[in-house]
Amino acid sequence: MKLKTFLTTTALAALMAAPALAQQISVKAGVLNDRSGLYADLSGEGSVIAARMAVEDFKAAEKGIKVEIVSADHQNKPDVGSTIARTWYDQDGVDLILDVPTSSVALAVNQITREKNKIHINSGAASSDLSGKACSPNTIHWTYDTYALAQGTGGAMVKAGGDSWFFMTADYAFGHALERDTSAIVTKNGGKVLGVVRTPFPGTDFSSFLLQAQASKAKVIGLANAGGDTINSIKQAGEFGITAGGQKLAGLLVFLTDVHSLGLATAQGLVLTESFYWDTNDQTRGWSDRFAKANGGKKPTMVQAGVYSGMLHYLKAVEAAKSKDSAVVMAKMKEMPTDDPLFGKGSVRADGRKMHDMYLFEVKKPGESKGPWDYYKQVSVLPAEQAFRPLAESECPLVKK
Amino acid sequence: MFELLGIPPQALFGQVLLGLINGSFYAILSLGLAVIFGLLNIINFSHGAQYMMGAFVAWMCLTYLGINYWAALLLAPLIVGATGIAIERLLLKRIAHVDHLYGLLLTFGLALIIQGLFRNQYGSSGLPYQIPAELRGGVNLGFMFLPWYRGWVVVASLIVCLATWFLIEKTRLGAYLRAATENPTLTQAFGINVPLLVTLTYGFGVALAGFAGVLAAPIYSVNPNMGADLIIVVFAVVVIGGMGSILGAIVTGFSLGLIEGLTKVFYPEASATVIFIIMVLVLLVRPAGLFGRAA
Amino acid sequence: MADIAATDAPAAARSSGEADKGTLRLHRAIMIGIAIALVIAPFVAYPVFVMKVLCFALFALAFNLLLGYGGLLSFGHAAYFGMASYVCAFTAKNWGLTPELAILLGTAVSGGLGLVFGALAIRRQGIYFAMITLALAQMVFFFSLQTPRFTGGEDGIQAVPRGKLFGLIDLADDRALYWLVAAIFMAGLLAMYRIIHSPFGQVCKAIRDNEPRAISLGYRANQYKLAVFVLSAMLAGLAGSTKAIVFQLASLTDVHWSMSGEVVLMTLVGGLGTVFGPIAGALVIVSMQNYLASLGAWVTVVQGVIFVICVMTFREGIVGVISKWIGKPL
Repeated sequence: MKLKTFLTTTALAALMAAPALAQQISVKAGVLNDRSGLYADLSGEGSVIAARMAVEDFKAAEKGIKVEIVSADHQNKPDVGSTIARTWYDQDGVDLILDVPTSSVALAVNQITREKNKIHINSGAASSDLSGKACSPNTIHWTYDTYALAQGTGGAMVKAGGDSWFFMTADYAFGHALERDTSAIVTKNGGKVLGVVRTPFPGTDFSSFLLQAQASKAKVIGLANAGGDTINSIKQAGEFGITAGGQKLAGLLVFLTDVHSLGLATAQGLVLTESFYWDTNDQTRGWSDRFAKANGGKKPTMVQAGVYSGMLHYLKAVEAAKSKDSAVVMAKMKEMPTDDPLFGKGSVRADGRKMHDMYLFEVKKPGESKGPWDYYKQVSVLPAEQAFRPLAESECPLVKK
Repeated sequence: MFELLGIPPQALFGQVLLGLINGSFYAILSLGLAVIFGLLNIINFSHGAQYMMGAFVAWMCLTYLGINYWAALLLAPLIVGATGIAIERLLLKRIAHVDHLYGLLLTFGLALIIQGLFRNQYGSSGLPYQIPAELRGGVNLGFMFLPWYRGWVVVASLIVCLATWFLIEKTRLGAYLRAATENPTLTQAFGINVPLLVTLTYGFGVALAGFAGVLAAPIYSVNPNMGADLIIVVFAVVVIGGMGSILGAIVTGFSLGLIEGLTKVFYPEASATVIFIIMVLVLLVRPAGLFGRAA
Repeated sequence: MADIAATDAPAAARSSGEADKGTLRLHRAIMIGIAIALVIAPFVAYPVFVMKVLCFALFALAFNLLLGYGGLLSFGHAAYFGMASYVCAFTAKNWGLTPELAILLGTAVSGGLGLVFGALAIRRQGIYFAMITLALAQMVFFFSLQTPRFTGGEDGIQAVPRGKLFGLIDLADDRALYWLVAAIFMAGLLAMYRIIHSPFGQVCKAIRDNEPRAISLGYRANQYKLAVFVLSAMLAGLAGSTKAIVFQLASLTDVHWSMSGEVVLMTLVGGLGTVFGPIAGALVIVSMQNYLASLGAWVTVVQGVIFVICVMTFREGIVGVISKWIGKPL
C-alpha cells in the first residue's frame, strides 16, 4: 500500500490561470474512515478517491483554491478516531474532516470538531443523533441516517403487506437506534412488532435467533444490524429455509459491498434503502465508471458518493465565501442549494441534515443481473421530506424554539 | 401442549441441536489446542488465525483452482498443517528452552501477522463460500428445519474428535506421544525422535484448526477476523475442560455449545458471557478444570 | 515463570552493597532525567501525544509490577484499565465529580476488581494464570458491552468533561492538563519504585524466585501475590482513569483483549521485569501507532512482527539490553 498523503493540485499553475482572485485559499481536508476493518470496503480508500475526484471536477486549482487531502484509519475505535481528529486540527492544520463511518467514532469527531471550530461532513455514519440530540453548528450529516433507513425499508415493507415484524437487533447503541426508529415507523403505519431478540455483537452464529424469528410467524424479519452481522444473518436465513418459507428479510442497513460479498444467490429479494446507486442515470453511471477505474473495478457505495458530493459542496461554499473560516463556510453551505451529478438537487438544513431523496431497492435475482455490480432494481423513491426526520420532531438544540 | 418455563419444546429441541452444532466447532478447536498444549506446553494463540486460514485456503482452492469443497476438506488442513510445521521448525523450536509463556507471546504475534496480511489482501467484509451442492437443502425434523450441512458438521466433527482420541489413547504412536508428554528426555533415550514428534504434533493440532475452518467456511462468511474472537471463547472452553486433557476438550466443547444454545433461549443477552461465568464457577471449585489434574 | 522475571537484573549487580548503592544513584539520576524530560516535552512535542504516552507508560508499569515482581503474566489487564476509565468517565460526566475525585474513584474500583479477580487467578500459575486472567477480562468486556446505561455500549462514554482540578484549575487547556498527567505519572512511577524496594517488595521477589522456600520461611505467599495483584490493578486503573480525562472518552477498546495484548507488547519491547523498560516500550509502541496510522492494517502486521522479533531474538527488550551493557539493573 502506498502512503496516503498526496497533494492534489499544483498551486503555481493555478495562480497563473486565475489572476482575478486576489489571494489564494488553501484548504486541507482529512478523510477519516475505516481502512482495515469491517467498513473498509464501503468507505476506506474509495472515499479518498471520491474526495480527490471532487477536487478535480471542481477544478479547484483554476479557481485559486489549493486543496490537500490527507487520510487515516480510525479502526472503528472512538479513541483512535478522536486522537487523529485532534492531531489533525491542532497540529496539521486540517480544515474539515470527511466520511467517518461508525457512529461511535462519528459522535466523537463531531464533538471535537465543535470544540475546535472546524467542519465535519459525515457520510459514513448511521446514527440520526448527529443531526438530532448531538447536532452541532459545525457538522453536516450528508448521506443517510437511521431515521431515513427506517422510513424507507420499514415504511415500504408495511405498505407492501409486511405488517408483522420480528427484530434481530445487534445488542449495541446503533442496533437499538435502528430498531427503535423502525418499530416506530412500523406501528405508525399500522403494523405490529411481534418480538425482538438482542444478539451479541459482533456475532457469527445467528441460527438460534433465526429459529426464534421463524417461530414468531412474523411476516418480516427486521435485521437491525450492520456489516458482518447482517451478512451472516442473511446467509444463515437462506440456509435454514426461512426466506423459502415465505418470511421476508428486511436489511435495515445494507450496502452495495455487502450484497457483493453475499452474492446474488443469497441476497436476492432483499429489500433495502440507500441514497445512491451507481446505475440510476447517465450521470451516476459515468461518474461511477471513472470511480471504478481508480478503485480496482469496484463500484462506489453511497458512502463514497456522499464524500464526493460533500467535498464538492464544501469547495463551492469556499469559492462563494472567498474564505475558509468555519462559520462563514458553514453558513454558505446551508444557504446555497446543493447540486451534483450523484445526488441531484438538495439542500442542507439548519440542523446539519443534508436533504435528498432516498431510494428503496430490491436485490435482483441472479438471472436478472447482467453482470458484476448489477445488483439492484429500484422499487420506489422517497422524497427527502418524507425520508428524513421533520424539523418539528427534531431534538436538535440548534432548531428548538 | 406442555411448555418448559414458557418455551415451547420445539424451540427448545431446536436450540439444543444448534448448540450441539456450535459445540462441534468448540470441540475441534479446543481439541487442537489441547493436543498442542499437551506436548509443547504452549497455548497456541494463533489457533484462531489458523482456523481462519483453513477457511481461506478452501476459498482460494475453489476460486483460483476450482478445487471443490470435498477436496478442500482434505487439502486445506494439510496446507495449514504444513505452515504449522514450518512455524514450529523455524520459530517455536528455537524458544522451546525458555519460559513457555514466550510461546504464548510468539503465537500472539503470529496471529496478528496472519490476520493483518489476510485483511490487507482480502478486506474484511467477508467472502462468500457456497454450501456444496450435495448438502444443500435440509430436512424437517418436526420441531425444526435442519439443514443437511449443519448435520454434516456435527457428524464430521464427532468422527474427527473420536479418531483423534483413539489415535492418542489407543495406538502406539499415541503411546509415544503420551510418553513424550510425561518425560521427553527419557522418551528420547528410548530412541524415539521426540523433536519430530513435537513438530508433527504442532502440525496436527494446527491442521485440526484448519479443518474446522473449512467446515465453517460455508456457514459463516470467510472473513479475516472470523477466528479472532472465537478463539477467546475456545480458551475458556479449554480452561474449563482442564488444559491438556483430550477427552476433557471434546466433552466440554460439545457440552458448552449446548449450554450456550440453551442460554440463547432463556436469556439471549447473556449467551456471549455464559461460558466465562461457567469458567469462573469451575475455577472456584476445581482450579485445574473439570478433567485436568492438579498441577 | 521465573526465567521471564529473572531477566530483571544481572546477578552480579544484585550481590554487593557497593553495586547496589551505585545502582540507586543511577536510578535516582534516571528519575531526575525523566522529570526533566517531562518538563521539556510539552514544548517540543504535541502535548496530547505525550499524555497518551504517559498514560500507556503508567499502564505498562502496572502490568510490569505484577510480572516482574509477582512473577505473574496477566493477559487481562485491559479489564482494570478499561473499568477504571469507565468509572472515571461516568462519574465525571453524570455525577459531576471533579477530575481528581473521578480518577481516584476509578482507581479504587479497579483495585476492588483486582481483589476479586486476583483471588480467583492467583490459585494457578504460568500459562494457567494467563488464561484465567484473559477469560476474566473477557467477562468485563461483555459486561461493558451489555450495560450501555453505564458504559454507553458501542459508543462509549463521550464528551467527558475535563472539569476543574479541585474545582479551581480549568483543565480544558491541554497544557494545564498536561501538568496534571505528568504529576500523576511521576507519582505512579515513584510509588511503584518505592513498593519494589520496600521489605514488601523484597518478599514478593523471594516468592517469585522460590515460592516453596518463601512459604517455609513463614510468608503467606498467596497474600503477598494478591497484594501485588491489587496494587497492579490499581495502577492500571489510575492509568485508565487518567486516559479517560485526557481523551474525554471511555470506550470498549479499553476493555478489549487486544488492549491486554498491547500492554504486554509494550513491556516486552521495553524489557520485561525492568524498572524503566515499560516506559521505553510505551514510548516506542505509541509513537509507532501514531506515525504508522496511515498504513491501516499494516500496523497490525508490524506489531505482530515486532512481537515475533522480540520473542525470538530480543527477549531482554530495549532497557534490558542497555542494562546488560552497563552491568546494572535498570
